[in-house]
Amino acid sequence: MCEECGCGLPGETAPTVSSHHHDHEHEHHHDHAHAHSHEHPHSHEHGTLDLRRRILDTNDRLAERNRGFFRARGMLALNVMSSPGAGKTELIRATISGLGARLKTAVIVGDLATDNDAQRLRAAGAPVVQVNTGTVCHLDAEMVARAMKQIPLNGIQLLIIENVGNLVCPASFDLGEDLRVALLSVADGEDKPLKYPPAFASAKAVIISKMDLAQACEFKREQALSNIRRMAPGADVFETSARTGAGMDAWRDYLVQQHQKSGERDPLAA
Amino acid sequence: MHEMSIMQSALDQALREAKAAGAERVHEIRLRVGVLSGVVPDALQFAFEAVTAGTPAEGATLAIESVAPRFWCDGCQREFEAADLFPDCPDCNTASNDLRAGRELELVSMEVEYV
Repeated sequence: MCEECGCGLPGETAPTVSSHHHDHEHEHHHDHAHAHSHEHPHSHEHGTLDLRRRILDTNDRLAERNRGFFRARGMLALNVMSSPGAGKTELIRATISGLGARLKTAVIVGDLATDNDAQRLRAAGAPVVQVNTGTVCHLDAEMVARAMKQIPLNGIQLLIIENVGNLVCPASFDLGEDLRVALLSVADGEDKPLKYPPAFASAKAVIISKMDLAQACEFKREQALSNIRRMAPGADVFETSARTGAGMDAWRDYLVQQHQKSGERDPLAA
Repeated sequence: MHEMSIMQSALDQALREAKAAGAERVHEIRLRVGVLSGVVPDALQFAFEAVTAGTPAEGATLAIESVAPRFWCDGCQREFEAADLFPDCPDCNTASNDLRAGRELELVSMEVEYV
């Protein structure tokens, strides 16, 4: 504690805004050497400012706006998350081509760079917008809102948002989606849900992808299912292979069903 | 590492409030971070030092209060803390789907200095 100028000592003049006089020891040190004299009068009043707010308030508000927009248009929005290479794009491609006219679908795809994924998805026949996040490791609600302005949304019933390949960061950002989908491939390891609790705990649907490779990867199915059930007990679980088409019908039927359900929702309900 | 942008956003809000209150320096910023928020406290600390450099909060302390996940068990009609992140009710062992706390990412308060 600085003895010379008396900084930090309680008393003196009253601080202006919601502050209190405190008599605890300061943890920080005033390291000035006092080679100069303090001619300016300064009382170093300290105070506590109450903030109490969500750090991601701006994102959360924008996410709610997105959610309202989706509902008003009768769109079901998906936020698909996985580690890189788990097969998000391939799953989405197979989802679109199999849905055909049952659900008119558009895709927003996030990657740090390139539009390779967008090109693959466009080939499946859906309007796609690629968001290049640069160095940002996740999509946020604003990026989604901006991307939506670039796709013709008329008649779109299903919006699939493919997040950046990353199981950590995207979990913190609400995009306004109805359905958060976490993907793990059979090559990822059965304990993925235990290693990335936030992503799986917040998922409403979990997909085990690349089931056609299960044997080659010595995939322990029961263990994976039990890990998913432990981390995300309320999630609907699907086992798919985009390559062979196995399990894809159940997944697509589920989306159609979810879309119907979302149509029955009160648009003004929380 | 999304902690950098999250920390930047928290600092922007804090500095705005500090300025509005007429404070010159920020000595401590307090956050509440849920264990299931997806944000790593160590990474926040690292980011804090980087984003505060050259601002009125340079050299300030970042105090992080960790919030353990709490779930609601419908069967037992009680809330419980999930010690190891698993949502299993300690009484009936049923997994809960109803997270009540643990995803917080909040700016709580800060210590400032007026001149």
